[in-house]
Amino acid sequence: MQKTLVIDPGKCTGCKQCELACSYVKEGSFNPSKSRIRVFDFHTEGRFVPYTCTQCDEAWCQQACPVDAITTDPVSGVKQVHENLCVGCKVCTIACPFGTINYNVASGKVVKCDHCGGDPECVKACPTQAILYSDVEQAGYDKMQQWAGKTDNAAPANSA
Amino acid sequence: MAWTRKILRVNLTEGTCVSEPLNMDWALKYLGQRGLGTKYLMEEIDPKVDPLSPDNKMIFATGPLTGTCASTAGRYSVITKGALTGAIACSNSGGYFGAELKFAGWDMIIFEGKSEKPVYLCIIDDKAELLSAEGLWGKSVWDTDAAIKATHQEPMMHIAAIGVAGEKGNMYACIVNDLHRAAGRSGVGAVMGSKNLKAVAVRGTGGVSVEDFGAFMKSTEAGKKALAENAVTGEGLPAYGTQVLMNVINESGALPTRNFRDVQFESANDISAEAMAEPRRSDGKPNLLTNQACFSCTIACGRISQIDKDHFSVVNKPEYWGAEGGLEYEAAWALGAATGVKDLEALTYANYICNEQGYDPISFGSTLAAAMDMYEEGVLTKKDTGGVELKFGSAEMLTKMADLTGTMEGFGEQLGLGSKRLCEKYGRPELSMTVKGQEFPAYDPRGIQGMGLTYATSNRGACHLRSYTVSSEILGIPEKTDPLSTDGKAGLVKAFQDATAAVDSAGLCIFTTFAWTLEDIAPQVDAACEGNWTPDTLMEAGERIWNMERNFNLAAGFSGKDDELPKRLMKDAAKTGPAKGMVSGLDKMLPEYYEVRGWNTKGVPTEETLSRLGV
Amino acid sequence: MKHVIIGAGPAGVVAAETLRRHNAKCSITLIGNEGKPPYSRMALPYLLIDRIAEPGTYLRQSPGHYDDLKIEYVQANVAAVDPDKKTITLDEGAPLAYDRLLLATGAHPIKPPIKGLDLPGVHTCWTLDDADEIGALAKSGAHVVLMGAGFIGSIILEALVLKGVTLSVVEMEDRMVPRMMDEVAGNMLKSWCTSKGVNILTGTKITEISQGDDGLNVTLDKGNIPAAQLVVVAAGVRSNIDFLKGSGVETKEGVMVDDHLQTNIEGIYAAGDVAQAKDLSTGDFNVLAIQPTAVEHGRIAAMNMGGLDTPHRGSLSMNVLDTLGLISSSFGQWMGEKGSDSATMVDKTNYRYLRLEFQGDCLIGAQSVGLSEHIGMLRGLIQSGTHLGNWKQILMTSPHRISEAYVSTLHKNAS
Ligand SMILES: Cc1cc2nc3c(=O)[nH]c(=O)nc-3n(C[C@H](O)[C@H](O)[C@H](O)COP(=O)(O)OP(=O)(O)OC[C@H]3O[C@@H](n4cnc5c(N)ncnc54)[C@H](O)[C@@H]3O)c2cc1C
Ligand code: SF4
Repeated sequence: MQKTLVIDPGKCTGCKQCELACSYVKEGSFNPSKSRIRVFDFHTEGRFVPYTCTQCDEAWCQQACPVDAITTDPVSGVKQVHENLCVGCKVCTIACPFGTINYNVASGKVVKCDHCGGDPECVKACPTQAILYSDVEQAGYDKMQQWAGKTDNAAPANSA
Repeated sequence: MAWTRKILRVNLTEGTCVSEPLNMDWALKYLGQRGLGTKYLMEEIDPKVDPLSPDNKMIFATGPLTGTCASTAGRYSVITKGALTGAIACSNSGGYFGAELKFAGWDMIIFEGKSEKPVYLCIIDDKAELLSAEGLWGKSVWDTDAAIKATHQEPMMHIAAIGVAGEKGNMYACIVNDLHRAAGRSGVGAVMGSKNLKAVAVRGTGGVSVEDFGAFMKSTEAGKKALAENAVTGEGLPAYGTQVLMNVINESGALPTRNFRDVQFESANDISAEAMAEPRRSDGKPNLLTNQACFSCTIACGRISQIDKDHFSVVNKPEYWGAEGGLEYEAAWALGAATGVKDLEALTYANYICNEQGYDPISFGSTLAAAMDMYEEGVLTKKDTGGVELKFGSAEMLTKMADLTGTMEGFGEQLGLGSKRLCEKYGRPELSMTVKGQEFPAYDPRGIQGMGLTYATSNRGACHLRSYTVSSEILGIPEKTDPLSTDGKAGLVKAFQDATAAVDSAGLCIFTTFAWTLEDIAPQVDAACEGNWTPDTLMEAGERIWNMERNFNLAAGFSGKDDELPKRLMKDAAKTGPAKGMVSGLDKMLPEYYEVRGWNTKGVPTEETLSRLGV
Repeated sequence: MKHVIIGAGPAGVVAAETLRRHNAKCSITLIGNEGKPPYSRMALPYLLIDRIAEPGTYLRQSPGHYDDLKIEYVQANVAAVDPDKKTITLDEGAPLAYDRLLLATGAHPIKPPIKGLDLPGVHTCWTLDDADEIGALAKSGAHVVLMGAGFIGSIILEALVLKGVTLSVVEMEDRMVPRMMDEVAGNMLKSWCTSKGVNILTGTKITEISQGDDGLNVTLDKGNIPAAQLVVVAAGVRSNIDFLKGSGVETKEGVMVDDHLQTNIEGIYAAGDVAQAKDLSTGDFNVLAIQPTAVEHGRIAAMNMGGLDTPHRGSLSMNVLDTLGLISSSFGQWMGEKGSDSATMVDKTNYRYLRLEFQGDCLIGAQSVGLSEHIGMLRGLIQSGTHLGNWKQILMTSPHRISEAYVSTLHKNAS
C-alpha cells in the first residue's frame, strides 16, 4: 500500500518542529532553510500550511532530469534524488510545478522530500498531528492530484 | 556547539558592523541570553548612563538552545539600561526572530552609539549592513515589516522593529518582532528609538548544531512529552492561552481592578479566555480564531484573533479586519480590568495597536488606569486630556487613547511618560502602581502575597516574569503554598528568581516551567553546549545572574529603599474576595528575603555572597 | 505495430519508454548516430569540469535498460525517409520499415558565416566529442573566447571559468541571454560575471578569426582581446531536418507538427529540438529547443503513436541558469505581452530580481535572478492558468510573495 503525507493545515500551529526534524535528519543540523518541508504562514488568515512534495504520479522532476538522477521507488512511489548522479543542472527545479524540489547550494545538488525511507521525521515531530502518514486514498491528496493534472500539457482527460 | 561563537558589534555612530568572537569563559558562567547579555552590558557601560543617551548600549542576545528543536527554543532577549526604569532591562521575546539570528550565524548583537540618521540593520547570513531607514521612519511596526521584506524580496526575513511609539520616546515602547511578539517591558523600544535604529531584519540559512545530538534528541523528546502530558502546557495553554488565568485570578481575589482600587473585576468573565472562544452575539463568530506557536514551541499559547468587522473600533478600517495577534492574559488585564473596560473587541483592538505601534500593553493599561484615577479624583481634567472623559470603563476612550499613545499625539504623549512620571507630574506619585518606575502586571500582592515580594525585588522593576510564584501560590506548581500567607515566601521567591534567570538564559520560554523543573532542563542544555550543566549549576548560574543584575542597579543608584510597594497596597485593604481585609505583608518578607539572599540589611550583596558566586 | 524512432536524445528515449509503458508487445526501434549510448547534451558542461565521467551523461543509468524494455537500440545514420513505402534509408544496410515513425533528431549548433570558424581550436559545444576537444584545450590559464552569451553559451561560460581559463565572452546583442531575460536581468548577469573576472563584451561582433603565432587572433568590430588558445562557438541552433528533403514532410524552422505532434504525413510524428510545435503561451508554432520540452514532446508523441489520443496543449518555454553561483530563471511570456500587467522588484546590489507578468489575474510569464527556492511554482501557476484572485493585487506591489500566493491558491482550489 502506498502511503502519503496527509497534511491538515487546520491543526498546524506554525511551530516548525517538522522543519527542524527534517533538517536535522537530512542535513545534520537544525536548519529550516534546508528543510524539505516548509510551513507557510498566512498570518492575516491565521493559517499555517505545511507544504512539501506529494510524490505526484507525473514525476515532473524525474522526467526532466537529463541524467536519470531521480527515480521512483516501485513499492512506495517515492521520487528519490540520487546524489551521486545529480549534476546540479536544476532543470527539475523549474520543471516541478509544485516547486517542491530545490537546489542546495552547499551540496551543488537538488533536494526533495523522500518520506525518510518510510518513516517520515516530520510526522513524528509534529506536536499536533497536523501531518500524518497514511494510505494514498486520502481525500486531500486526491484533490491535490487533480490540481496536478491541470498542469499537465497533455489534456487531462486523455492522459493515462 | 549550539553557539555560533560570533557576536555582531554594530557601532551606530560610526556606521560599522564588526564580527567578534563570543567570550566563552563568560558563557560558561552566565549561560547565555539574559545572563550573558547582562554580563556584556555590565562590562561595557557605566550603570549611571542616561538610558536614552548614545552611551547606553543595547544587546540582542540568544541563548544556547535558541534555534534548536528543544521545545520553545526560539527566544532572544534585549538587554540594556531601561528607559522606563533606569534599571537593568532585559526583555524576552519569542516568535521566530531569535532563531533566525542564530541561523544567520550570530549569537548576539551589541548596538552602541547613535546613528545620525534613521537606519535599520540588515543581516543576511554573515553579511550585516546598516541601511537607511529614512523611508521607514514614521511607519508602524507592521508597515515596516512589509516594507523591508519587499525591499529585499525576502518573505522569509524575520524583523524586529520599533513603531512610532519607540521613535517618539514613549517610555515603555517595546521592540516587536514577527508582527506580534515583543521584547515588551522597561522601554527597550525607546532605547532603540533613541539610537535612531528602526529595525533589525534577519535572514539566516545556516544551521545550528549541538554538542551531543544523541543525548540532545533524547532529552528534548522527553521534555516535549512532559509538556504534552501536563494539564497546563498540554491542554490549558494551547486551548485558552494565558487568558486561562483571568477567571482563576479573579476568583482568588487578586485581579487588580481600576488602578488597584479593587481586587476583583465584576466583568472578568467578559474579557476571559472563555469569552474569547464563544461565538459573539454581534456576528456569531468567536473572537479567537486559532492558536499559534512561536518557533519550536510545542505548547502554542499564542492567540490569533479577529475583531468583529462592525465593531466601532474597526468600522471603515479594513486593515484591521484580518487575523492578528490576540489578547494574552496580562494585556487583557491591563487594557481591561485595570481600566474597568469589559468590551473584549475594544481590548483586542487596543492590543493590535500596541503591537502595531510598538508599546507595552501592561504599562500602557496601568498608566491609563492611573490617569483615570487622577481624572476621577479631579486632578486631571478635560483640559489636560484634550476633551476626553477619562472614566473607568469607557471602551471608546480606551481605543482612542491607544491610537493617540501609538503616535504620541495629544494626551497620548502624556500617557507615553509611563505612570510614575505622569503621576509625579500631576503631584500624585502615590497613585502610580509601580516599582522602580515599572508598572505592575496582573496579580494583586494583597491576594497573592509572594507577588508583592516579587514586584518589590524584581531587578527590572515590577514584573511577574522574574519569579512567577503564582505558579505555586495559585496553581500549586511545583507545590502549593498559601497565597494569603507570607510564610516561606522569601525562600520561594529567591528559588523562583534564580531558576527563572537560568531558564531566561538558556533560550527557553518560562512557560515550560509549568511542566518542567531544572531536572528536565539541565540535560537539554548540557547536551547542547559547552559546560557542565546540572540542576545545581543552573541554579547557581541563576543566582549569579540575579546578583549581577542587583549590582548593576546598585551602581546605577538604586538601593534597598527602592524595594518597596506603593502605599495603596500596604495600607488599603482588599475590599472583597478571599483576601478581603488584607494588605501586602512586604515588610515581613523583605528582611527575610535579604537574609536568604545573603545580602545585608540594606539589600546589598555581602562580599561573601559575591565571592561564593564568583561575581 | 512497428515503431521506429530516429534520434536517441531525450525526446527519442522518453518516447521509446512511453510506448513500452502503454504497450508491452509492440516493436520499438531507437536509432542513434553518435556511436554512444543515449546521452544528454545538458550534462556536457558537467563532464567538462569533471563533476561526472562520460557514463554520468547517459540518459539512463541502469545497465541493460533498453534491452530490459525490449527497445532495440540501433547505431546508424538515417539518410532519408520514404513515407510512401513507409521505410527509412540508413547510410549502410537495408532500409527499415515502420508503421509509426518519430522524428527526434534534435538540432545542431550554427556556425555563422565568419572567416576562420573552421580553424583548429574553434569548437562548438554540442557532443561528447566536442566536450573532449574543448576539455583538452581549456587548460588553466589559457585564454578562451566564447562566442555568444545566449542561454547555452552562458551555461558553457560557467564550465569554462571553473576550468580556470581566462575568459572573454563576445555577444553581439546588447546583453547576456537576450532571448531568456530582459535588460535588467541580462545586465545583472553581466556585472556579476564581470565581478568574477570574466571579460564580457556585449554589443560586440567577432568579424574574423585567424591563426597567429600565440594562438587564434580574434578580430572584433570594436576593441581588442588577446590571442586565444580556444574559441567556443555558441551562436544558436538549427533543427536537424536536412535528411527529410524530398520526403514530403513539411518543414519550416523545424518539422511542422499539429496539436497531436503529428506531421503533415499520417503516422509520422516529431518531437524535441527538431519539432516546430505549439507554444503554450502564444499558441504559435516554433522550435523550443530545451530539455523539458523534448521530454514532454517525446511522451505525448508516443501516446499518440500508441493510439492514445493525447492532444498537446503547447509547451512552456522555461530556462534555469547558474552563472558562477548566480541562479536565474525565466518562464513563458517573461517579456509580457500586449495588455499584460507587470510587477517587478529589483535589488541590484544584492543581485536579486523578480519580474512577473499577468494577464488579468493569471500569471503568464516570469523571470528571476538570485532566487531559487520554490521556483517551480512559477511554472505551476503559468501552466495551470490559476486565477490568483486577490493575490494578484498583493503581488503587483509585492511580487516576492509569489510562493505564498501559490500555496494559498493551491489550497483554496484543493479544498
Ligand atoms: C551544452 C548544452 C547545454 C544545454 N543545457 C540545457 C539546459 O540547461 N536546459 C535545457 O532545457 N536544455 C539545455 N540544452 C538543450 C538540450 O540539451 C536539448 O534541448 C535536448 O538535448 C533536445 O533533445 P532532443 O532529443 O530533441 O535532441 P538531441 O538531444 O539533440 O538528440 C537528438 C539525437 O538524434 C541524433 N540524430 C540526428 N540526426 C540523426 C539522423 N539522421 N540519424 C540518426 N540520428 C540522428 C543526434 O545525433 C542526437 O543524438 C543544452 C544543450 C547543450 C548542447
Ligand atoms: S539538478 Fe540533478 S536531479 Fe535535477 S534535473 Fe539536474 S541532474 Fe537531475
